[in-house]
Amino acid sequence: MMTNPTGRITQGQFSFLPDLTDEEITAQIGYGLQKGYAWSVEYTDDPHPRNTYWEMFGMPMFDLQDAAGVMMELDNCRKTFPGHYIRLMAFDSTRGVESIAMSFIVNRPAHEPGFGLVRQEAEGRNIRYTVHSYATDKPEAQRY
Amino acid sequence: MNAPLYRIPGAATLAEPAPAAAAPAEAPRTIGEVLAQSQVEAVMDELDRDLVGLAPVKQRIRDIAALLVVDKLRLAHGLQAQTPSLHMSFTGNPGTGKTTVAMRMAQILHRLGYVRKGHLVAVTRDDLVGQYIGHTAPKTKEVLKKAMGGVLFIDEAYYLYRPDNERDYGQEAIEILLQVMENQRDDLVVILAGYKDRMDTFFQSNPGMSSRIAHHLDFPDYAHGELQAIADRMLETMNYRFGAGAREAFDEYLQRRIAQPHFANARSVRNALDRMRLRQASRLFAERDRVLGRDDLTTLAEADVRASRVFNAA
Repeated sequence: MMTNPTGRITQGQFSFLPDLTDEEITAQIGYGLQKGYAWSVEYTDDPHPRNTYWEMFGMPMFDLQDAAGVMMELDNCRKTFPGHYIRLMAFDSTRGVESIAMSFIVNRPAHEPGFGLVRQEAEGRNIRYTVHSYATDKPEAQRY
Repeated sequence: MNAPLYRIPGAATLAEPAPAAAAPAEAPRTIGEVLAQSQVEAVMDELDRDLVGLAPVKQRIRDIAALLVVDKLRLAHGLQAQTPSLHMSFTGNPGTGKTTVAMRMAQILHRLGYVRKGHLVAVTRDDLVGQYIGHTAPKTKEVLKKAMGGVLFIDEAYYLYRPDNERDYGQEAIEILLQVMENQRDDLVVILAGYKDRMDTFFQSNPGMSSRIAHHLDFPDYAHGELQAIADRMLETMNYRFGAGAREAFDEYLQRRIAQPHFANARSVRNALDRMRLRQASRLFAERDRVLGRDDLTTLAEADVRASRVFNAA
């Protein structure tokens, strides 16, 4: 893809930047906590852009004061799923918002095969396009 | 994580300011400078002023604060010292001020920069131990996460360990606690509190816990005069005062109450004062047509004190 020459998956915030260091992640978490967001950790091995619901790692963390708690959970998740995509999400519970306010990837597999464009011949001479993740050719848990 | 294959403008300079920011603008050279930077003295004075008695506890807190201040100075000279273990155990009878001191402790440690946020999370066994298999670990971890950057205060900690039931989940909570207490000393300070004798048994049966706690503070019972001083202070904050003869009556009340069972120090004083307020209120309530001035509303009369059943018992 021309817009993403490195072939790295770009989802959520900061995804065009180099990977965030733990200090930078801590600073981001701190910012979210100061805004009153509730952080949660999610992971997946199927990073299709339309796969919005990743698996949740543990419970969302409400009423935290310090980033160390979220980092503890994140380290746990990295230990359990070292080769998966892991993202942090901040839920803003403000009335009227009640949605995810921040979301960024904090862990990637060593090798990201990326996506291919699939063309399907439909009625007439129509062509339907879709993207297909090369990783999902393999069964779950063997993808990365 | 894989290294990025590209560079973005300014990325190289981004990493550099971090170490510069970590070092303080100017390193302190005297105890006075550290104290001025941290304002720990204000908290210590407040502790002296607000809390009656508890001399050994205050001394110990001063010692801890002194060590932390000196450590700051050593750090300025590049003498790296390991973060001291700050986990504490508060033992003492009910109402001797364990929770209040724990609250202050969070403030002191925060001003010295040893905990980042300085909040206090107070929990008991119920908040840590689950009801079925696999429930305890997430529950304990959730509490620990909430307490990160502050102080975790575990009241009546000896309930965590129940020797009579070997399948009790309390042991699991203790193990998780120990692990975090050891590995994340920078993030969290744990304070265990409870009655002296039961805490001693608790530590005997959990040597790992005992050895990870550096400071064992024993809270003495209050003397009679100290209780009176506590009562005066409580009344002042509640905007009441003793009327003629009421103070002497309360003095007598305390003497009798101390001799009775289940005396809970400052907590009993608070309860006694609350009951006196009730009696004062109903006394005033009985006189419907009287114009009540400021004095009437703030004064606890001798009769309000004397009506206590402590006086009838004798």
